[in-house]
Amino acid sequence: MSNGADSKTFFLDEEEIPFEEGQTIIQAALSAGKFIPHLCYHPEFKPHGSCKLCTVRIDSRTVTTEDGQSVKIPGRAAASCTTPAQAGQHVESEVPEIQDLRRTLVQMLLVEGNHYCPSCEKSGKCMLQGLAYDLGVMEPHFPQYFSKREVDASHPDVLLDFNRCILCELCVRASAEVDKKNVFALSGRGNTKHLICNSESGKLGDTNLAATDKAANVCPVGVILHKRHGFEVPYGQRRFDMAPISDNPAQYAPVKEQV
Amino acid sequence: MKHQFELETAQNPEALKRIVIEPVSRVEGHGKVTILLDDKNKVHQVRLHIVEFRGFEKFIEGRPYWEVPVLVQRLCGICPVSHHLAASKAMDMIVNGGILTPTAEKVRRLMHYGQMLQSHALHFFHLSSPDLLFGFDSDVAKRNIVGVAAANPDVAKMGVLLRKFGQEVIRVTSGKRVHGTGSVPGGVNKSLTLEERDYLLKDADQMIAWSRDAVRIIKQLHKANPALYDSFGDVPSTLMSLVDEDGGLDFYHGALRARDKDGEVIFDQVSYQGYNSLLTEGVKPWSYMKFPFITTLGEEKGWYKVGPLARIQNCTRIPTPQAEAERVEFVAYGGARPMHGSLGFHWARMIEMLCAAETIKDLLLDPDIMGTELMAEGPRRGEGIGVIEAPRGTLFHHYRVDENDVVTYANLIVSTTNNNTAMNVAVRDVAKHYLTGHELTEGLLNHIEVAIRCFDPCLSCATHALGKMPLEVSLVNAEGVEIDRLTKDGEGRIGNGGA
Repeated sequence: MSNGADSKTFFLDEEEIPFEEGQTIIQAALSAGKFIPHLCYHPEFKPHGSCKLCTVRIDSRTVTTEDGQSVKIPGRAAASCTTPAQAGQHVESEVPEIQDLRRTLVQMLLVEGNHYCPSCEKSGKCMLQGLAYDLGVMEPHFPQYFSKREVDASHPDVLLDFNRCILCELCVRASAEVDKKNVFALSGRGNTKHLICNSESGKLGDTNLAATDKAANVCPVGVILHKRHGFEVPYGQRRFDMAPISDNPAQYAPVKEQV
Repeated sequence: MKHQFELETAQNPEALKRIVIEPVSRVEGHGKVTILLDDKNKVHQVRLHIVEFRGFEKFIEGRPYWEVPVLVQRLCGICPVSHHLAASKAMDMIVNGGILTPTAEKVRRLMHYGQMLQSHALHFFHLSSPDLLFGFDSDVAKRNIVGVAAANPDVAKMGVLLRKFGQEVIRVTSGKRVHGTGSVPGGVNKSLTLEERDYLLKDADQMIAWSRDAVRIIKQLHKANPALYDSFGDVPSTLMSLVDEDGGLDFYHGALRARDKDGEVIFDQVSYQGYNSLLTEGVKPWSYMKFPFITTLGEEKGWYKVGPLARIQNCTRIPTPQAEAERVEFVAYGGARPMHGSLGFHWARMIEMLCAAETIKDLLLDPDIMGTELMAEGPRRGEGIGVIEAPRGTLFHHYRVDENDVVTYANLIVSTTNNNTAMNVAVRDVAKHYLTGHELTEGLLNHIEVAIRCFDPCLSCATHALGKMPLEVSLVNAEGVEIDRLTKDGEGRIGNGGA
């Protein structure tokens, strides 16, 4: 094993990962083909650090007590999308303790919205569903919120189904940073937080969003959908039918596949 | 025609004893039968109740139209393909006026005939053959598919493998054995590859042979005991189904034809686009399931049967040769008039399964099934009606979609709903003939369930009468005197009866 400090590497689940100066842990991991679960992270945007799915534990230590027993002292927990990689650090990701926390987060997201995968156009290519399968979510675990949310079908080409929003703000960031339109924002606090559209009526149809905008093609779940297109890709050929989300980190981020 | 209201409501229910068969076993979904009898076991009231509520018509509202064929099929786990395709046909009308490429139509047909095969095999072998092979009041411990497998392993194997083949046809055409996504508004999302075609084709002849054997089994049972098979649950009624433009049997598309109980044509080649003026959906206060009837004939005389017994006797031919030969024999057995004995459903159902097996082979040999033109375009409309012959009978889907692509209205008349009155009349007929004056035993009560099973009802699909059930609320004072009354009729109109 090489000296991590000299060659700018760190250890992810005991596997040596090279990195470039300024890269975050998740950027370096994904570049090396190592998957860290995430939802709000996207390589084209500044880290957001809100979904916490990419949480890892850094530099846990094992000490020997006076009576000769080994005791593990957990390292600090950090969002790998906002934490710079540092030479020699030891990062734990796919360990039971962290995976359990991620599974809980996904379960909470699944009951907070109305995620009916069987009739969702994004099924098979949805990051949330892909992660749920990957983390072994077999049932909701928590009581469903059954939030009542209407769809916004006012735009001629794009439909918003708020039932599935996970508040990742990818559309907010894409619209502001790439499209320069500020079509989307989050409003409210706590469990009243929700996605809104920047128009006097509050309707998407009264914004200047275009179907070709980055914001219209970045949603990791089934909120922002292109109208009149549904279930065009047969079972077996959908994105995560081909390979589970964790087995193909080259496809790690939402892609422009609906236009 | 038997009077549909006979034995529906007893005059003095509080003075009668109540027998409940719950759940009705070996049917799809959950239902129960209540029977009211007097001290001498004379039957006064029999009702088939559906004890679950689905409500799909309501929660489809507000959803984007392209979700509907995939969403609405979740009504059912047995014949979801029917809902998938009926919804797709309705949405075809909306997205392109109902145009399909030859490949799209044939892939959908293949999916549908695969479903017809698997559903009919499931019903006959798994659900009904224990009654038919062992007797209605045989040992209840053996009266099931495990008992059939022990006593007649070849029959059980045939049933399992026929169903498996049908499920494979569905998987290849829709992506999954249950709840696939193959059919989309305006077409399909896949056709067959050569490998898929050959995979199914290699077993097609065996399925035809086994289907022929199944017809032989039920035919022999029928002819061996005509006294039972011809008269059990005999409910003469109107028969309604889709037929093709030549009057032939067609499960996927056609126009409506109805014959009266004597076989005379009441109407023919009526476009299903006008179904809502043709049919009225009646409601009763004791059921979530509606009671449709032919409007011009009225509620009392306009009820009808759908499904295999109606289809086989309504059509003038079957396009596949072996099933057609069986149809001719079936019709000849019935004589000058249609057969209405409920057990005739099984015979007709097996003829349909043979037709499905033959048609599957024909479609697999058609080069269009591997074509690449999957979608068609045409003018957009705001309303669509799709009708299909599901395994259990005629299935109506009706939607309106607004200019924003969102569903604003949905109405479903499910196959089993069409048979609601006929099923109730059949169980009353059986109760009257077999239960009256007898000490009730499990075997006797199973006669009631046998009558229901003939119709192969899918109870879970059939309950949508949200807000349509008539209600009456009375306010009674401490002396028992009614001081106010509020009523709601079948259209949701609130009235004040006033005491």
